[in-house]
Amino acid sequence: MPSQREIRRRIGSARNIKQITRAMQFVAASKLRRAQESTLATRPYREKLDEVLADLAAVIGDEEHPLLAGRDLDANHSRLLVIMTSDRGLAGALNTNTVRFAAREITEHPGDLKVVPVGRKGRDAMRRARVPIAAYFEGFGERPTFADILPVARLVADDFVAGQYDRVDVIYPRFVSTLVQKPVMEQLLPIVPSEDTAGIPGGQFLFEPNPAAFLEAVLPRYVATRLYAAVLETTASFFSSQMVAMKNATENAEELIEDLTLSYNKVRQANITREMVEIASGAQAR
Amino acid sequence: MTLHLEIVTPERLAYEDDVDMVLVPGIDGELGILPHHTPLVSLLGVGELEIRKGGTSESFAIAGGFLQVRPDKVVVMAETADLASDIDLAKAEEARREAERAIESGFHEGADLSAARAQLQQALIRIRVAERRHREGPRHRG
Repeated sequence: MPSQREIRRRIGSARNIKQITRAMQFVAASKLRRAQESTLATRPYREKLDEVLADLAAVIGDEEHPLLAGRDLDANHSRLLVIMTSDRGLAGALNTNTVRFAAREITEHPGDLKVVPVGRKGRDAMRRARVPIAAYFEGFGERPTFADILPVARLVADDFVAGQYDRVDVIYPRFVSTLVQKPVMEQLLPIVPSEDTAGIPGGQFLFEPNPAAFLEAVLPRYVATRLYAAVLETTASFFSSQMVAMKNATENAEELIEDLTLSYNKVRQANITREMVEIASGAQAR
Repeated sequence: MTLHLEIVTPERLAYEDDVDMVLVPGIDGELGILPHHTPLVSLLGVGELEIRKGGTSESFAIAGGFLQVRPDKVVVMAETADLASDIDLAKAEEARREAERAIESGFHEGADLSAARAQLQQALIRIRVAERRHREGPRHRG
């Protein structure tokens, strides 16, 4: 049986932990709200961009553009995976799940494949697994901006146009709800124009300076926008996962404190009883 | 007859309202758009976007992106869009100095130089738009 003082010390440290995890839980909750807001705020831009791309597709038809051109995806085509994780941990199984999802994709489709991790956790995992890393980007903190993501988009688009890869995908934890984040993979390049072109009056738009030059300017932005949306989802997923993990940790700490308090009282009672027995037997012996 | 104008950036919806007319910096010069305009999609330059509505006007400093025009609706998709009255003049000046230094220092690879130039251009247009605002205050037209 540990001593009374030992138990008291442990109760104290469990209390400290609980304070910290609780604070982290609330901080994550407020940051989650902001992350969700910025995810929603980007939606109008993405929808408009899809609309314009659909207009373009109607005009341009099958005109070739390097970012649109599907290449022959035979067995040994080369691929690039952009994997988004957080920089920091303490977010439950979020990064583990994302990395595991990516690992499955990598092992199921061996061959020429490189990764671009965005976020430290993903890089560490890829390094351990000895997957070739083409480039690495640190995560973009709590409030990623569109400008932050541009270097990633430029690198990916340039390498694709240069013919280094035949296909580029992005893997990120999609924010489904506060409790559910699901790793998903989306094809980034070649661009798959959305099927949903119904109701869009194609063919009647004038393009300035001309459709080809316009396409040239729009496609890199499209890639950047998709990546930006994925980064924002990752951020929202991170905070919601952290919030839930910290809530669980707080509850565990509470339970631990309760258990420890119970055994503390037991030990204390045992000590008192023992002392009383000692006094009583001492008095009797006299 | 009014025109429904939306200004969106990747980060937010910057403006949405019914307006009388909008002046936009196109890639090959300024475009004035009134209701019943021909459907048009155009690239945007860096510059000042002016909104005229009920005798008053408002300005945005915008950079990069494109524009979609339908007879009753204009959507401006810019990389950045700052309302003139929101621009922090001191910050814009700072950005201009920084960009100028970067260009003068002479150490760059291609991408850096064009990024610095773009930054300089953007800072200059912000300063121009903001200064005019500060001098004149919100303009009113009869």
